[in-house]
Amino acid sequence: MPRPPASRRAALYGATAPEDAPPGLAAHLLQFGEELRGEGVAVGTSELLDAFEVLREVPWTEAEDFREGLAATLAKSQEDRRIFDLVFDRFFFRAAELAAVREGVTEGGGIDAAGAELNLETLRQEIARALREGNQGQMRDLARLAIAAFGRQGEGSGVIGVDVQRIRRSLGLRAEPQPDLAEDDPRRDGLPRDAIRRFEALLRQELERAQIERTESLPPARPLNELDRALPSGPLQDLAAVHRVVAQLKRRLKTQGQESRGHKRHAHVDVRRTMRASLETGGVPVVLKYKPVRPRRPEIYVLCDVSTSVTSASVFFLSVLHALHDSFRKMRSFVFIERISEVTDVFARERDFKAVSDAISRDSGVADISGYTDYGRVWSEFAMLVEDDLHPRATVIVLGDARTNGRDPRADIFATVAARAGRTFWLNPEPRLYWNYGDSVIAAYERYCEAFECWTTGQLEDFVKALTRPVSAR
Amino acid sequence: MAASPQSIDDVAAGLRSVGYLPGESTALVSFLAAKLGKPILVEGPAGVGKTELARALSTYLGRPLVRLQCYEGLDEAKALYEWNYRKQLLRIQAEAEGAGWQEVQDDIFGEEFLLERPLMTAIAAVEPVVLLIDEIDKTDQEFEAMLLELLSDFQISIPELGRFEARTRPIVLLTSNNTRELTEALKRRCLYLWLDYPQLEHELAIVKLHTPDLDDAIARKLVEIIAMVRELDLKKPPSIAESVDWARALLLLGADDIDNEVFVQTMSVIVKHRTDLDVVAERVGMKLPVRAASAGQS
Repeated sequence: MPRPPASRRAALYGATAPEDAPPGLAAHLLQFGEELRGEGVAVGTSELLDAFEVLREVPWTEAEDFREGLAATLAKSQEDRRIFDLVFDRFFFRAAELAAVREGVTEGGGIDAAGAELNLETLRQEIARALREGNQGQMRDLARLAIAAFGRQGEGSGVIGVDVQRIRRSLGLRAEPQPDLAEDDPRRDGLPRDAIRRFEALLRQELERAQIERTESLPPARPLNELDRALPSGPLQDLAAVHRVVAQLKRRLKTQGQESRGHKRHAHVDVRRTMRASLETGGVPVVLKYKPVRPRRPEIYVLCDVSTSVTSASVFFLSVLHALHDSFRKMRSFVFIERISEVTDVFARERDFKAVSDAISRDSGVADISGYTDYGRVWSEFAMLVEDDLHPRATVIVLGDARTNGRDPRADIFATVAARAGRTFWLNPEPRLYWNYGDSVIAAYERYCEAFECWTTGQLEDFVKALTRPVSAR
Repeated sequence: MAASPQSIDDVAAGLRSVGYLPGESTALVSFLAAKLGKPILVEGPAGVGKTELARALSTYLGRPLVRLQCYEGLDEAKALYEWNYRKQLLRIQAEAEGAGWQEVQDDIFGEEFLLERPLMTAIAAVEPVVLLIDEIDKTDQEFEAMLLELLSDFQISIPELGRFEARTRPIVLLTSNNTRELTEALKRRCLYLWLDYPQLEHELAIVKLHTPDLDDAIARKLVEIIAMVRELDLKKPPSIAESVDWARALLLLGADDIDNEVFVQTMSVIVKHRTDLDVVAERVGMKLPVRAASAGQS
């Protein structure tokens, strides 16, 4: 995902919006779109136009409708929607607060913290009841009350997250049942978890508002990906970019080799099309039409090293694997350390990248005793697993660093696997400089396959090009 | 009766009146689709009512429903149109000697010889329709590309006839189970609607709507158990369709409470995988009370 250039980032996440920004909803909406783009959501001009069209039909004074209407046009996947919600809250909250600071408006009325008589025990119960009923408006008022009440007890820590947790704890809001409380206490059976989360969000918002009012300036907004996005972290693991490259890979794989595969060899006459063509010659089938030879779907076997020596890279590898699974139906994937384990069904079941990596680390059972990679054993197990299924149209891709920890590399078994499969590729997450250095034995395998260094998405793209090169006649 | 909704509440009430309880955003997006004439891309897990939404919209708006079920290998001939070559042949053979080639050609590539497939039917319909393109994620990318012209301009190009423009604007719904990413180009043309498993109260209302005779207490317990089951890590979590099926099953069996025994007997209605069955029996079944009488007998 391309990051916005520094200047644009500064404009986006600076303390204030640019002074010369034109007023009005349209400008704000464009800025909102810009901010979404900054978080990697693909918002095109056509999407924004749609959003404006939607606003003509939807009353923009209704908060919920406004949000849903925008979401329907701007966020086109579940992941986008999640980011949309985060940015929406941040953006429109900040927009409102900024306007308030400019106009010098402070919140009047509401609750007078100093004057109000706050009975803590009643407040606790009130809040718990509101959470049970899930009344958003009431929860908001109570959040303010709670802040006022607990703000007086001691000094705030200055860190909003800490204050939120402190207030929640002293209110005794828990999801678990608390049997030692009184019979009629609404907290006794535990509170709905998502209601508690909503309440925390409100607390956070109110604390932020108070802070903005005190300091009369906006705190710098931080890009979401540093806060709240559970993308794989590491030097280059940008899931979206990986997915893009793999989408390209899929398109190339689907079409490649089609032209070289002979149409003549096993062509069947397509009666329907021949008849249709014969219309041009008055019903006499002069030109024979053949059924097109559909390219067989490539079959892919991917083996992925998940041992500790490639920890930083295996996140990348898993995301490659994950992306490949989105694209290919006929694909079997394996992870290995000391032993090999098939994880095809994990990917088939889970759409979420995080769930996949969790499931793999939890129950694939690839580490046996030492937890060090044993390529020799992996090859023999792999050969046993798939020997009968391998055929010349199969492609085997190995993702690993070829560090055997001093064990026998068993390149001979690898050679038989490579011989049975049509093509074999090796992706090595280490720079070429380190190959064959220490316990890396990539040279032993390189004889039987094409090896690539692959530690950036750019290199992955190079690999895609190599993979889809027209196959030379053997 | 062809209705034309004036507000979001109209749509919500309309859908409700035909037995579909829309969620928060469902009514809004449907309203926008009707107003703006944009297709809706509906995504979500299986069985949350994606197809049902199309059916409900068609009943509510009084428009016929045209359905195209997608599958791998679906091509233009089955989705758009096909020349009826048998009829064309007959036409040629029946031709009197003297007719010139030009006349015959003009004649046999007329609309009369066109076999309409669902997309063509939707475009050519005189009365506006609701077009449902079901499980679009099952098709290939090529097919998606073919849809683009239809979805943005509501027209189809037929080489022999020229452009075929829609007489009326259909409401188009595309559903996807999210088994693969759809192309950006397709998404760009659609409004997006994500249907998820409903909230507890919402699901309770749906179950009650479909099985009004079921006891309130049982219905509530049922949706609570379903929610519990969905929390588990299953191959196929139960959907709304399964909740409704289960409610019907319980009604048929005349169950007056969901205890451990009833649950284990009827569990197969909501859980469809061998391994899932074991997990559910263990994790959820245990929490339910055992009926005193049956415990004594066994």
